Amino acid sequence: MKIPIYLDNNATTPLDPRVLEAMIPYFTEKFGNAASRNHSFGWEAEEAVDYAREQVAKLINANEKEIVFTSGATEAINLAIKGVAEMYEKKGDHIITVVTEHKAVLDSCKHLERLGKKVTYLPVNKEGLIDLNQLADAITDKTILVSVMYANNEIGTIQNIREISKIVRSRGVLFMTDATQAVGKIPVDVEADGIDLLAMSGHKIYGPKGVGALYVRRKNPRVKVTAQMDGGGHERGMRSGTLNVPGIVGLGKACEIAQQEMPTESVRLAKLRDKLEHALTTTIEETYVNGSREHRLPHVSNISFNFVEGEGLMMGIKNIAVSSGSACTSASLEPSYVLKALGVNDELAHSSIRFGLGRFTTEEEIDYTIPYVQQAVARLREVSPLWEMFKEGVDFSKVEWKAH
Amino acid sequence: MAYSDKVIDHYNNPRNVGTLDKNKKEVGTGLVGAPECGDVMRLQIEVDPETKTIIDAKFKTYGCGSAIASSSLATEWLKGKTIDEALKIDNMDIVEELSLPPVKIHCSVLAEDAIKAAINDWRIKNGLEPLKLEDHH
Ligand SMILES: Cc1ncc(COP(=O)(O)O)c(C=O)c1O
Repeated sequence: MKIPIYLDNNATTPLDPRVLEAMIPYFTEKFGNAASRNHSFGWEAEEAVDYAREQVAKLINANEKEIVFTSGATEAINLAIKGVAEMYEKKGDHIITVVTEHKAVLDSCKHLERLGKKVTYLPVNKEGLIDLNQLADAITDKTILVSVMYANNEIGTIQNIREISKIVRSRGVLFMTDATQAVGKIPVDVEADGIDLLAMSGHKIYGPKGVGALYVRRKNPRVKVTAQMDGGGHERGMRSGTLNVPGIVGLGKACEIAQQEMPTESVRLAKLRDKLEHALTTTIEETYVNGSREHRLPHVSNISFNFVEGEGLMMGIKNIAVSSGSACTSASLEPSYVLKALGVNDELAHSSIRFGLGRFTTEEEIDYTIPYVQQAVARLREVSPLWEMFKEGVDFSKVEWKAH
Repeated sequence: MAYSDKVIDHYNNPRNVGTLDKNKKEVGTGLVGAPECGDVMRLQIEVDPETKTIIDAKFKTYGCGSAIASSSLATEWLKGKTIDEALKIDNMDIVEELSLPPVKIHCSVLAEDAIKAAINDWRIKNGLEPLKLEDHH
């Protein structure tokens, strides 16, 4: 077992060696430009891109003509939201999204607000799920797009995508989903799920960084987006720029492997995750699982260890790489907006740790992690005045805190 | 962000963790920060009534590694100092000693606030006027 142990697979994943192997020739002897139509170098590259397009499409049950390669999910999201806003300008100027979305979605929407568009940000319940009635009520005859993430990156909560898309599409509105965390981990099917636009990324599925894709539906309805970059008109005019052939080949291979291994892998990971979560939450007092336990990605567990600050805890468990909803490093000192949106109080949000298991996580690593975290929490509680006050039965709401 | 060796040392081997009897007249307690801000420091001093020297100092801190290290260091510095000397401890001394990066300066500010709050608590208990504290924020 190698130390440190990587349990931050929602931030990024290591490249699968099989993916790397598929990519290597496209850095070296097969270096052609996929847009070179006049020689074998170009044809070879184009063929590889076409094959990858099929691999990507297959994973989400799309047609390969519906896949637009981008530099990642951030670009795919920007293209979808801004591209739809521009393309459907005459139809309306209202977009609906959710407060727990990734910044790529929220900030694209903020950008549009500055241009005069209207955006509704739906709240979530304590599990991280939106209310379907609230969604239905928010749709107006000016609404052109509803964007709801498939699964959340901090807590792993999976939205009820099928019901959401039914409501949205029955009102003649386009439905987009940021499926960056879901694709390759749980079944995602653009037909059965009723998705019009979908963003995904290579580096969350054991593929390379700097490559992703936007799915744009071609029939029922035919969706169009206005390009956000001007240039040579690649990707059917939606995304100019010479294609990142090795990256695209890697993304394709990553999709193929994810599809093959998902049935066994999701079961294996859920078992390991449950083992970890159960051990930590039953042996350590005052722990809270954030988000839905029922509607959740199989490899994520977000736990608050009350009376211990997350960043302080991460330092104490430096042999494992995780992330925290605490924000001691940011100037604002604001903890995670996702946890706050669930109604988790600031104190518990500061005490949260996200464990993100992955393809290369072993049971041995989980067995190491459990006592390691238990000991660190116990040690930090010995140093925590809040723990002492809690044990003495002090009512925190009656303490006059000197906030800074 | 990487922590300095001194922060890591204080975090791994915090000095003077513990609790003094807050009801004792010789003990001053400072509790600063708030749970919702992600930092709470409790710093206590025990003062010799004759010499006005700090004979013991203890802390407990809820916060990041730099917050724990700042308060641990503060207790180390406080022991053996007179009250007047203790008042001269400036947060920037802590920043320098621990090589805190700019985003962690607030941890040192909190430690200085905790020192002053503990001294004021002791002053009030001993019939002295509380000192006017400059507001850092
Ligand atoms: C939910 C979600 N959306 C979007 C992104 C951005 O993806 P990328 O890094 O490919 O731009 C991420 C990753 O950080 C994510 O987790």
